[in-house]
Formats: sequence, C-alpha cells, structure tokens
Amino acid sequence: MSQGPFAFVAGLAGGLRTTARTMRRTAITQEYPDVLPDLPPRSRGVIALVEENCTSCMLCARECPDWCIYIDSHKETIPATTPGGRDRQRNVLDRFAIDFALCMYCGICIEACPFDALHWSPVFELAETDIRDLLHERDRLAKWAQTIPPPQPLDPAAPDPAELAASRKPARPARPAADGAAAAERPARPERPERPARAERPDRPPRAERPAGAERPERPAGAERPARPPRVEPTERSMPLPRPQTDDHGAEAPRAAAPGAPAAPEAAAAPEAPATAGEDATTQVLPTVASDPVATDGPGAQA
Amino acid sequence: MSVLEAVIRSVAVVAAFLVLPLLVGQTEHKFMAHMQGRLGPMYAGGWHGWAQLIADAAKFVQKEDVIPAAADRGVFRIAPAVALIPYMAGLAFIPIGDGIVGADVPASAFAVLAALGVGILGHLMGGWASANKYSMIGAMRGAAQLVAYELPMVLAVASVALAAGTLSLSGIVEQWQPWWLLWQLPGAIVFFIAALAEINRTPFDMPIADSEIVFGAFTEYTGLRFAFFLLAEYAGIVVMALLFTVLYLGGWAGPLAASLGVVWTLLKAWIIAAIIVWMRVSWPRLREDQLHRLAWVWLIPIALFQLALTAVVVVMTR
Repeated sequence: MSQGPFAFVAGLAGGLRTTARTMRRTAITQEYPDVLPDLPPRSRGVIALVEENCTSCMLCARECPDWCIYIDSHKETIPATTPGGRDRQRNVLDRFAIDFALCMYCGICIEACPFDALHWSPVFELAETDIRDLLHERDRLAKWAQTIPPPQPLDPAAPDPAELAASRKPARPARPAADGAAAAERPARPERPERPARAERPDRPPRAERPAGAERPERPAGAERPARPPRVEPTERSMPLPRPQTDDHGAEAPRAAAPGAPAAPEAAAAPEAPATAGEDATTQVLPTVASDPVATDGPGAQA
Repeated sequence: MSVLEAVIRSVAVVAAFLVLPLLVGQTEHKFMAHMQGRLGPMYAGGWHGWAQLIADAAKFVQKEDVIPAAADRGVFRIAPAVALIPYMAGLAFIPIGDGIVGADVPASAFAVLAALGVGILGHLMGGWASANKYSMIGAMRGAAQLVAYELPMVLAVASVALAAGTLSLSGIVEQWQPWWLLWQLPGAIVFFIAALAEINRTPFDMPIADSEIVFGAFTEYTGLRFAFFLLAEYAGIVVMALLFTVLYLGGWAGPLAASLGVVWTLLKAWIIAAIIVWMRVSWPRLREDQLHRLAWVWLIPIALFQLALTAVVVVMTR
C-alpha cells in the first residue's frame, strides 16, 4: 500500500487477471493411470539386462554403490574344435538379480558394463506390495530389455560417433616385436618435457605410410629427442585398432597409457603426451564405444 | 406454525446447510485446480470427481478422534459444534425466494448478524482448549479480526436497512431497485471485504495461516471434529454469499422472478462464492497489522460515509 491505494488495487486486479487467464487454458495434467505419460527420450525407468551380452565379469556388481546386484556364474569347458587344439573355457551366467529395494537408479552399472549388457528402460511401474518382491531376477530384467528404445538420432551438428571417426582412419600396422629389445633404455625418459608439442609437427605422416621396419624411422622431429625409447607393444594384440587423432581424449591419455607401458610411473610423469599414449590408445577406444548410444543398436536387434 | 411445519422447515434448512457448502467446496476444488493449470478431483463419483467431498467426509469419519492430553476435554469437544451451529442458525433466517425462508422473523438482518458473531466463540474455545500455542495464537487472531471487521459490516448492513426502511431481509429485497447497485456500492464493497475477513478467507486467513501457525485453532483437531470446522468455513461462505445477494443484489429479483426466484438467488450467491474462491487463488495473505489497518483506516470511514450518503438520499427522496 506504500504506493497508494490505486497501485494496490491495480496489483490485485493483475492477480485476478492472471488466474483467470490460466483458467481459460487447458490443464496440462496427464491423467496418468488412464493416459500414459509422454516420457522424455533416454528416460531412466528401470535397469534392463541383455543376457546375451553378459560375460559375468562382475564389473557392475563391484561398481554398484549399494551392492544391489547379485551375479552367480560357473565356468564351462568348450572342447577344442581342431585336433590337438586347446580346450576353451567360458563363463555361464547362472543368476543375475537386481534388488530394486536397494537400487538408487544411479546408472553406474550401466556405465560400467563393457559389453552393453545393461540398459536403461523407460518402464517405471515397479510398485510391489512387499519389499521382498522388489528383488527381480534375470527373467524379469530380460523382459524389460524388450522395452529399450532405439537410440536417439544425433544432433545435426554433432561430431561423428567414435566408431565412425575411428573407422575412417587408416589401419595401424602391427608393431614388430623387435622393438621390445630397446625397452631397457627406459631411464632416459625424464627428458621428455623438452619434446615439442604435438601441434607443432603437423607434417607428421600417417602411420600407415611409414614403413613397419624393425628400426624406428627418422621422424621430422626425431633429432630433437634421440633418447626416446621405442615402446613395448603387447604382442598378442594383433588386431590393428585405430588411434584417435583429436586431442579430445587427452585427459584419458595417461590412464590409457598405463597398460601398454610396463614402467607405469614414467608414463604418469608425462601427462601431456597424447602422441605417445595414442599408440596404446586401443584400450581407450573401447570404453568410448561401449558407452556411446549409437553402438548399442544391437540390443534392440538381439532382444 | 404447526409442529409439522416447524419440522419440515428445520429439515429443509439442515439439508440446505449440508448440500450448499459441498457445492461451494466442489466449486473451489475445480476453480482452484483450473486456475492453477490442474484438473482437480477426477475420480470420485465418476464424472469429474463430483463426489470428492462426500468421499472426504467418509474419510474424516473413519479417522481417529485425538484429544491432546493437556486439553480441556469438554470444551475441546463442543468447540466444533459452537463454530458450526451459528451458521446454520444464520442460514435459517436468510430468504432465498419470495416467502421461502427457514424462519421468517421481523428483524432477520439483525438476527443473522447476531448469529454469525457467535461462530468465533467456537474458534476461541477450540484454540484455548487445545493447550497449543499455535491454536492459541490462531484463536486470538480470529477474535481480533472479528472485532475489527464486525463494525464496518454492521455499518454497511445498517445503510441498506436504512435505505429499505426495514430490518427484515425479505423486506429489503422487496424494496430493492437496480439503481441501488450504484447507490450502495461503497457499502457493498465494505460488506464484501468484511465478510471475507469474518469467515477467515484469503486474503484474511491469518487465523489459520498454515505457513505461520500450522492451522491456527484447528491444529490439534482430527477426524470428524476437524471436518466440522471445515464445514463451518464453507457454510460461512454460503451464508455470506446469500446475505450479500439478498442485501445488495436484489435476491430473487430478475426475469420471471415469480417462478425462477430461488434460481436467481442461488445463482447470484454462487457467483459471489466463485469470486471468493477466485480471490483465494489469486492473492496472498495480508500481514496481521495490515489487516487491522485496512479495517480501521479504510473500511470504517467508507462505511460511515455510505451511511451518511444513504441517510441524505433517504431524507431527500421521502
């Protein structure tokens, strides 16, 4: 009333006008039990299991913050298919259960699964009359897998999915095992900070054009770092996986470098070394593929 | 008046007392919901939740009747009845058609105002007997509010009675003419605001301000006794809307008044009740000091001005 009675009355009339205008509009209520709600894409209703993808690796159960995932499995021996071959073993899933009385729907298990066996399903009607009935076994979890929606299309200007970008790169030849002999020279590593940054050598040829000889060929910038030792490559990794060219994964580089380099402390001492880490980046492409929605159009087809 | 006639009239008044507040309550449910972009009750009874308030009553009946250990049990128990009965008595004196009235008394305007003033006693008794500070504060606020707003209300009614030359509500309706809408407009505004304050409706709901003092005098009440307090609130809306209709809007005056008189009265009263609901949805609550300032600084002078205006016009035209 400080601005006089007329402003006060005008304010009151404004309030009446607002509510009257709202009354003329249609109510936005969705009458839920009769009409199912319009759920947003990627709606997080319940966790579904694609059994075929599960390898009983237990990663989800170990990552679960409240330990609501139960996994039992046993190993089966697959006899050798060729004479003189070796018998193989594989995990067989016996039980996969999620206690939704404990689950807090954080989705960490879905992120953790390396084989896309767990997915968000938009189903949300989970009420039970007994809390013990909220422990759902694999058959129910697999039934929800039928409801996993296809992934959303990418935004118009979105970058290519990781698989596409990777597949366009030239294949990387297998590293010769002879490089491993030079691994003893590792202690020379501390000189690495003097190395020029990656952006300063754009003329570096793609790896496929380089000869895959036993000796490391001279690079344009090779003279500036004579002490750099050749890297050890695990010999059993025969598949030539692509390496990323962008620096987007630079933050992950030290982590990805660790498995490839036995002398992990030195690798960690050079965090801004995407070029070197890139040679081991096959390990870093895998999680990206696993968590990308485009890669997961499998479950719909498998289900 | 024979005994049979008295019984029939009483039953009719009680029936109206039980049905009309439910109609107002359902109106409030639906208006409030749509003004807030919702739908309101949609299930009870099938068609747009028409039986929601009956379902609510059934729920209240089933609830446990809790009386606080420190409460004054006897007073605590009869307080809802004391709050409820005056509105029923007031309803009996209000005519809704030509000759259609529960109890036709000569000074019915006076009788209605007297009965309505008693209702606050129920709030006071409940608030005091609950042995709860919020109940106490709520009851005291309600009493102070009633004292402040009874005066402008009585002055406004006195103006209408002066204009009509009678204290009978039926007589006022018979004397009423359309130009009174303009002549009695200040008094009508004062009466409407004071009526809102008397029945504790927003923006004058400080006695039950749920964000400050839980639920005022009703804080400790449960079950059917609480439902009686709520019924008293909606009965208050009915009584005040009917009274406003009869005093200021000409009651059953309208086209085909001889056969449709009751419909006109109820329709006008329903519109008034809807406006009361509309205000509840639109406006916030006044502060306690603003409430009293409004009564003493604005309403009482306006009511006195209306009384003087009425007196001058009456003297000049008769």
